[in-house]
Amino acid sequence: MSKNGETNGVAVQQSPSTSRISRDSNSAPAGWEYSPAPETTKVALKSSYGLFIDGKFAEPKGAKRFETINPSTEATLSEVVQATPADVNRAVAAARAALPKWAGLPAAERAKFIFRIARRIQERGRELAIIETLDSGKPIKESRDVDIPLVAAHFFYNAGWADKLGYVFQGQTSQSPKAKSGKGSLPEIASGVRPVGVCGQVIPWNFPLLMAAWKIAPALACGNTVVLKPAETTPLTALVLAEIFEECGLPPGVVNIVTGDGVTGRAIVEHPDVDKIAFTGSTEVGKIIAKSVAKPRPDGKFKRLTLELGGKSPHIILEDAAIDQAVEGIINGIYFNQGEVCCAGSRLFVQESILDTVVKKLEIRLASLRTGDPMDKNTDVGAVNSKEQLSRIEHYLKLGQTEGAELRMPGYSGEVSPSNTGSKHGLPSKGFWCRPCFFTGVQPSHTIAREEIFGPVLSVLSFRTPEEAVSRANNTPYGLAAGIWTEKGSKMLSIAKQIKSGVVWCNTYNKFDPASPFGGFKESGFGREGGVQGLKAYVEV
Amino acid sequence: MQSGTKAAGRDFAPSPKVDAVMAAERAASFTKRSIKSKSKLAGLKLALSMLDLTTLEGKDSPEKVRALCAKAVNPGAGQADLPDGLPSVAAVCVYPNLVKHCRDSLASMGALGRVKIASVATGFPSGQYPLDVRLDDTRRAIHDGADEIDMVINRGAFLAGRYDEVAEEIRAVKRTCLQEGVKAARHDGEGKGRAISLKVILETGELETLDNVRFASDLAIRAMDEATRELEPDTIYSALHATNGTARNGTHEPHGTHRSYSSFDFIKTSTGKVTPAATMPVTLVMLEAVRDWYLETGKLVGVKPAGGIRTAKQSLHYLVMVKETLGALQGVNELHAGGWLTPELWRFGASALANDILRQISWLHSGKYRANYDVTEA
Repeated sequence: MSKNGETNGVAVQQSPSTSRISRDSNSAPAGWEYSPAPETTKVALKSSYGLFIDGKFAEPKGAKRFETINPSTEATLSEVVQATPADVNRAVAAARAALPKWAGLPAAERAKFIFRIARRIQERGRELAIIETLDSGKPIKESRDVDIPLVAAHFFYNAGWADKLGYVFQGQTSQSPKAKSGKGSLPEIASGVRPVGVCGQVIPWNFPLLMAAWKIAPALACGNTVVLKPAETTPLTALVLAEIFEECGLPPGVVNIVTGDGVTGRAIVEHPDVDKIAFTGSTEVGKIIAKSVAKPRPDGKFKRLTLELGGKSPHIILEDAAIDQAVEGIINGIYFNQGEVCCAGSRLFVQESILDTVVKKLEIRLASLRTGDPMDKNTDVGAVNSKEQLSRIEHYLKLGQTEGAELRMPGYSGEVSPSNTGSKHGLPSKGFWCRPCFFTGVQPSHTIAREEIFGPVLSVLSFRTPEEAVSRANNTPYGLAAGIWTEKGSKMLSIAKQIKSGVVWCNTYNKFDPASPFGGFKESGFGREGGVQGLKAYVEV
Repeated sequence: MQSGTKAAGRDFAPSPKVDAVMAAERAASFTKRSIKSKSKLAGLKLALSMLDLTTLEGKDSPEKVRALCAKAVNPGAGQADLPDGLPSVAAVCVYPNLVKHCRDSLASMGALGRVKIASVATGFPSGQYPLDVRLDDTRRAIHDGADEIDMVINRGAFLAGRYDEVAEEIRAVKRTCLQEGVKAARHDGEGKGRAISLKVILETGELETLDNVRFASDLAIRAMDEATRELEPDTIYSALHATNGTARNGTHEPHGTHRSYSSFDFIKTSTGKVTPAATMPVTLVMLEAVRDWYLETGKLVGVKPAGGIRTAKQSLHYLVMVKETLGALQGVNELHAGGWLTPELWRFGASALANDILRQISWLHSGKYRANYDVTEA
């Protein structure tokens, strides 16, 4: 009895003054905090990686190498090769050589390889998630629950299409001269359907392995061969994927992975023997690529091109929305992956009558987000991918204020000013960090409402009528994604139809599925990835 | 005051709508938190201290209730491998006929008032009785020694859209709690006046949609507040001054204009007699209602999920949900230290949960996982 006397959490009626202090450390701490929960599984990283060309990892003679670091600690993880144009030549040649045999395989056999890759990705899922988090700075929660499961799903999904392409392109094949058999043409992979050929693919650092999966899986399903360059700052999971290709016995040359910076990327894009370029990255680089691809190859043919570029996606909250869930959607839309998401809902449009409520709830919700060590299983917001990206974000944090918007940094109690944004408050001195935050009082003319920030920074704007919401939402050079929140179906559909963007999410945000096509309008690019639509870019019909 | 007359003029502000898909997704996200080592032990002890140890069977006997009280006061008694200083649970929860046995039993252990006596009343679990019978049920339970009344709402009226009637019945029960509380004997035997806490059971399993859960929550919170404001401070304060010469024998001190005489009131998910009972999405919506009420008025209302929470792990998931939904509100600690992560504002209504928590604590403490038969029955 007595041992419980003073430790009980329930107030003693007769002595109200002691009710506060009776809750000692043994029962109910006033603040219940989570203990650190680091992912402790060890992964084996090599001290250096070569290039994966023609089914073998090899380091070219005299190769220049560069380090890839952990953005949350700035510690070196490994070294990779800076591939030269000569290395790219070898990779393209290997892909070309492997093409006829790979395209000529019975479709079901090709599917088997892709299924095998998908299963192996699942088996090595934890390892891949850890490496992805180490290399990119994203929280382990996301790489474990979102990135890697989606990677496997994309391989599974596209493997399933490999022997069913005849159904996908039924009725679309009779008119195309390209689909006719001719000298040197590739074998049919279905009636009237042929692969495009050698695909050069250049991918970004925000979803390193997922972007590789989006590019490689449909290419393989359609009988193409691939030269892929992962981003400079996040090459590691693509190299582990190459190991998986080896394990699965994928024929040499079918996928080649070359690491390097923009020089390597340019060598792929400008290579005369590449049939198709797929690029995901900035609009700036996308424009350069589009110009380059506009010139025909020496043989007179044009390269095919798909671009998935930047965005400044509008997220519209109407006054009849389910507000608490909409706030979750806003959080997911802009703070998922530190906001380093091309389709991030970075322009929030809130209907005037609920603006104050939404801002208040956003502030409260933001204070419960956990920013810090990406390897901690309870971390919601991890490290920014690179020093360059962080300085870009910081530039906008200052600019937004000088242009007249108010920066809100929940969880930071000090005064926020252009010279001290509070964005590093409570975060380690090493590594690249930015607290999740948002701007209020943003005008459509402000730079932070027009340019892609690619960080955990939201611009909050308001509107009065649905018509105004639509016109403001469309007032952007981009057109990648949009979100609409309302409990009224007719309003939702009417607005969704008027928004010029590739994806419109209704009462949700950032939902991805391999069966659903993804891609942009306007300066957000062209071509679709995912779904049957995504297969089109990889076939001649 | 008849339902449907004065009440018809009352303003039922529309409640925010709830998107069920996203609410379920958010609720599931709390189960992904990794609660380890120190925070796990602290969380389990906290959960134990928040238990309403419950028995609500037709076959309940005075002897069973005595066992329940003994377990409530000292949950780990008779079990090896437990650390010292485990808390008592918050309350025992029984049918009205058994309240006096609880009172005698707790009194014999010197725990009266420390472990609260909660009684389901108002024609629990269906509520399908005339209002005066339900009010009398409440009155008797308080007279016999109950500190807390777990009432059921009139789901028939709610689903039929007779919201005024539902609200007026809640107000009537709340008024009864306040009035009877003034008359009730103090547990220390020195005079009269006991703070009676009201828990309104929404029986969310019968309300079906989260929109209904949200509206019923708002309705119950407003109704309890209206009844409290009607009677306070005049009736309660003056009555208490007259009886005791002090108005300060409630569990909580008055907090400016916001809090006054009485413990915090609660909204509660379920009777435990209907499936589904408490779920995380339902409880999340109720937490959001409580949060919005606080933001609007600065007043605190407790939440009690009941039924279906059987494992220690589940209880930690719920605590994570409380922490992440209500933990970041400014000004709460000044009103009530610890906010909703205290037994005054959060309860688990459960019977099997206590022993699973004890087994987990003994595992953390000693590395040994005890068999079912190693922990004592209540």
